[in-house]
Amino acid sequence: MASRRDFIRISGLGIGGLAISASGYGIYKNFAGTPIDPSELKVDITRTPTYCEICFWKCAGWVYKNEEGKIWKVIGNNEDQHSNGRFCPRGTGGPGMYYDEDRLKTPLIRTGERGSQTFREASWDEAFDYIADKMKAIASEYGPECFALLTHGSGGDYFGTLIRAFGSSSIAAPSYAQCRGPREVAFQTTYGEGVGSPERIDIRDTRCMVLIGSHLGENMHNGQVQEMSDAIDKGAAIITVDPRYSIAASKSKFWLPIKPATDIALLLAWIHVLIYEESYDTAYVEKYTFGFEQLKAHVRTMTPEWAYGITTIRPELIRESAREMANASPAVIIHPGRHVTWYGDDTQRLRAVAILNALLGSWGRRGGYYVPEKLGVPSWPHPPFPTPSRSWKDAFPDQYNLAYETLASGICDATVPTLSKACNFKGWIVNGTNLPKTIPDRRKLIEAIQNLELMVVIDTMPMEVTGWADVVLPECTYLERYDSIRVSPHRKPSVALRMPATEPLYNSKPAYWMAKELSKRLGLEEYFTWNSFEEMLDWQFRQIGTSLEEMKKIGVKTYDRSYDDLYFHPGQDVQFFTNTGKIELYSTDLANEGFDPIPVYTPHEEPPEGFYRLNYGRAPMHTFSRTANNPNLTDMMAENAVWINPKVAKIWGIQNGQYIYLENQDGIRSTFPVKARVTERIRWDSVFMVHGFGHDNKKLSRAYGKGASDSELISRVHLDPIMGGTGMRGNFVTFKFEPAKNEVES
Amino acid sequence: MREEIIVSGRANPFIDPQLNIWHWQIPLYLFLGGLAAGILFFAGMYTIMGKEKVYPTSVKKAPLIVPFLLVLGLIALFLDLKHKPYFWRLYTTIRIESPMSWGAWVLMLVTPLSFIWAAINVREIFPKWDWKFDFIKKLEAFFIRYKVTLAWIMVISSVILGVYTGILFSAFNARPLWNTSILGPLFLASGMSAGAAMIMLLSKDHAERTLFSKIDIGIIAVEMFLIVHMFMGFLASTQVQIDAAALFLGGPYTASFWIFVVILGMIVPVVLEVLELYKFKVPVLIPALLVLFGSLMMRFLIAFAGQESRWLY
Amino acid sequence: MRYAMAVDTKKCVGCSDCVVACQTENNVPIGYCRDWVVELTNGTYPQLEIEIRSERCNHCSNAPCVRCCPTGASHYADGGIVLVTENKCIGCGACINSCPYDARYSHPGGHVDKCTFCIHRIKKGLDPACVATCPTKCMYFGDLDDPNSPVSTVLKNRKFTTLIPEAGTDPKLYFLM
Repeated sequence: MASRRDFIRISGLGIGGLAISASGYGIYKNFAGTPIDPSELKVDITRTPTYCEICFWKCAGWVYKNEEGKIWKVIGNNEDQHSNGRFCPRGTGGPGMYYDEDRLKTPLIRTGERGSQTFREASWDEAFDYIADKMKAIASEYGPECFALLTHGSGGDYFGTLIRAFGSSSIAAPSYAQCRGPREVAFQTTYGEGVGSPERIDIRDTRCMVLIGSHLGENMHNGQVQEMSDAIDKGAAIITVDPRYSIAASKSKFWLPIKPATDIALLLAWIHVLIYEESYDTAYVEKYTFGFEQLKAHVRTMTPEWAYGITTIRPELIRESAREMANASPAVIIHPGRHVTWYGDDTQRLRAVAILNALLGSWGRRGGYYVPEKLGVPSWPHPPFPTPSRSWKDAFPDQYNLAYETLASGICDATVPTLSKACNFKGWIVNGTNLPKTIPDRRKLIEAIQNLELMVVIDTMPMEVTGWADVVLPECTYLERYDSIRVSPHRKPSVALRMPATEPLYNSKPAYWMAKELSKRLGLEEYFTWNSFEEMLDWQFRQIGTSLEEMKKIGVKTYDRSYDDLYFHPGQDVQFFTNTGKIELYSTDLANEGFDPIPVYTPHEEPPEGFYRLNYGRAPMHTFSRTANNPNLTDMMAENAVWINPKVAKIWGIQNGQYIYLENQDGIRSTFPVKARVTERIRWDSVFMVHGFGHDNKKLSRAYGKGASDSELISRVHLDPIMGGTGMRGNFVTFKFEPAKNEVES
Repeated sequence: MREEIIVSGRANPFIDPQLNIWHWQIPLYLFLGGLAAGILFFAGMYTIMGKEKVYPTSVKKAPLIVPFLLVLGLIALFLDLKHKPYFWRLYTTIRIESPMSWGAWVLMLVTPLSFIWAAINVREIFPKWDWKFDFIKKLEAFFIRYKVTLAWIMVISSVILGVYTGILFSAFNARPLWNTSILGPLFLASGMSAGAAMIMLLSKDHAERTLFSKIDIGIIAVEMFLIVHMFMGFLASTQVQIDAAALFLGGPYTASFWIFVVILGMIVPVVLEVLELYKFKVPVLIPALLVLFGSLMMRFLIAFAGQESRWLY
Repeated sequence: MRYAMAVDTKKCVGCSDCVVACQTENNVPIGYCRDWVVELTNGTYPQLEIEIRSERCNHCSNAPCVRCCPTGASHYADGGIVLVTENKCIGCGACINSCPYDARYSHPGGHVDKCTFCIHRIKKGLDPACVATCPTKCMYFGDLDDPNSPVSTVLKNRKFTTLIPEAGTDPKLYFLM
């Protein structure tokens, strides 16, 4: 066995070879610098805790640095319930966010027209003075209520405090009206509680999970993907409803290749089968629910045969899949989805999902929906916030009363002066959300922005939204900063710490520091009385029986539940937070507001000839549009493609891999060409593309011009009358082979 | 429909989307090696047969260019290496199973041999040549004395070299187009044919040219047989080899292979050489250059097409 | 000792985490990779099936790359792991051509680079980075000679295949079907 000796010889000699190979190949070199000797790599050198900021799942993990003290890798924390020690590709690619050389490096103040991308570099003091002066002017002229915060991510905490101290309550995350809002309202009206994040679903122990348009696996919600894999291992049946043969569909026992926009018909037919085959959880329904008889009467005619004509799903497939669910009951999950703003009747669709879950008795049951617990962590003491006299809601009198969170699109609407004089917003702080790729109907968004007197954008990257800002503040990445304690609901309550692994690069700063500095200039420093962020974190940790010092060593602390109530006990009396105190199959809230108390199927517009419904979704390597320039993740997926059924491609003469343009029903053509992926995995009546590509900011050197932007093609919005969600799947596209006229190509 | 894609976006340079690790250097190196082998073979053979005087171009003149061919070939090989400072590692070990190692060592043997052969013949071609140093003259005398032995070594090593130029490819099971043992004899024949063509080019003697014309016709006939045989073998083999053959039978390399290698590199020269044998006036330059060109093209096309033939995806 | 890996094509979702984890763990330069994910779709809508494979060097027991290496840079290390000694490698490209799996690439430093099964990690009792990070836990690693290793156990209980067995390389990367 010469191999042992050989092996040692490489170990010794490898370093020299690597050192030679590293020099002079800068462009190819991994950003972390000197390569590490493959066999003598240290596995347990210094690590610092963090929780991931690449998506909202916020997995806790460890940041490792190499011998030079440079960030090397991020891996999961084994104690963390979100990640179970395993990060997803985006989290693993976290160092790319730090090393991205296109990052925002210093504060910028606009010098040219808004949107013209002309800025000058400024000092932090200059930037803060500029913002504070404008904010004070807006407050004195229009009132502080006319200032809004649009946010996604950790920085929202500090700017939220600042805005509320300033006197406004208009704080919106696009993750509500553009994403999961209808789901929350549907579950609140049914169960009196929302689903929350991470979703309270017990996939680990389920025997049957139904995914409706949700493509777990491509949709890399870490904990859910992990648990789905565990469930598959344990023999759980997956049922997938999707016009596209998603990865999840390929793992499914039943795939229902539904005609797009007909899901409610399928859900009602399933309800029909469960009720009329009497395979629902009778005891559960009797004990916990309200309105069963109305529901039964409502779905009487909604047979699988009826649904077949609408959904194109064969009746026997509808029956068999319903029986699969009933057999697994109560360990069954009709997955509530996450991005559910599709057709404008989304709250009703999610109501049908909630009802189906209730009939199967899955809410509060093992393998269904567990009862999450979240730790109460006190906030650093501060004076009470002033009570605003107006809010975003005044722009929508008698509308959206069931929306419990602020609508980002609502703020956008209320900024355009024509809508209402009640409260036109004059200033926005935009934190970590790339609005042009988030809010549909770009024309309206730009109009709103043009009416602002101040727009401040905080981001780590020169996303498109920064081009519209008056002031751009460069935030350091999550690997370079402290942030608020992660307190999230889960099977067990837990907290997680994010701390800087290294000093911020360039002249970037943490958001908490920006908010505190601004508070000083606005005379609001009493809301930020901590001397250092460590001081505040340590104080908070001590309130819950730990300390910053301990948390730096463990990263995540998991607590026992206060009560043994992860699932309902047999026969347990449960009071639901609804009007009737029961699970409302018949929603009294919706009836009171004048909406259908039980979901009704209404047909949606279908694509005209030569057009195809634009469906969009996720790829596991990217989060929205924010990772599109991350060197590690761009390496995995640099551009999106438009999926086209081979039959359709044949009609149009489109070859696989050919670059084409998409044009929607309103004549909007994609700025950039997109690669055609001719694949059997998509229905002939729709096309599919991954969201988040087609960046048109040249400062994003890797992402610029790569692929097409679905957001730009979503100019038609179907508003959900119940909660104001922006339904985005009613847009149709056709294929073009030339760029739009007057469009300057790169 | 079958759709096989790399979803992680693999884009390793020279590997994706299509293996392309060997560019012009390796086929050029193989051509020069084959050509050198052909020339040395004939020089050795006619020395052993005692026909030095009858075929002076073949035995004395043509071998003078061989050292240059081999040095050029080695330079091409060196240029192909991507970790050049470690070139010397080739000569710290002998890897019996590695054609690359064989090649390195065979060249280590043949190159000095070609220098020696050129040295002992140089004064016959350039009578005014003077070695200046006595010890060189002694060495020269020594080698001249053992000329026939040298010729034997040369014949054997040139056959190994010629076969090696094909085996370098055919040893790769991973590239179905290359993975045929016919490539050894085919490249050997191609090298011989190129060597004969080079001798024809350099020879001013009609009898010698006619001889090599005949030799060339014979070798080309063998080559054609081998090519047909190779494709028959592919088509009677597994799907990957059928696919590999398809690169030349309707695929992207069809036109270049059949036109450059077979028609221009083999059929046309044979026709011209036959015509010449039947006393038609054909400038010798044309068939000879065509054979050399065809031989070079064969190396290039098989090198490139071979990298395109694969098992997966 | 014979190290091997098994990848469950039924659980893998093709997220490519294994590739990113390998890149960061092993400082693989941006634009290069030692492992990759293949997605194979067969059928006609709506009768379809997908097989997903996380692929890398097969650490063949009969490795053509080791055979054809002229300097001995490519060699078998402990447990049959196929490695490249960088400062013996001349970058001739023969091994790259010899690999039916296209598992080797020319590192910008000049030498040839490939999967090492994270030998530095397994020496310390850890799984390779790809296995350790996989969110679906679809990869199993261990010693085939140890009947209780994760890879031996899973190969005992599941149907599996290897890639291009007809190439005679005796690969040690198994795909569970």
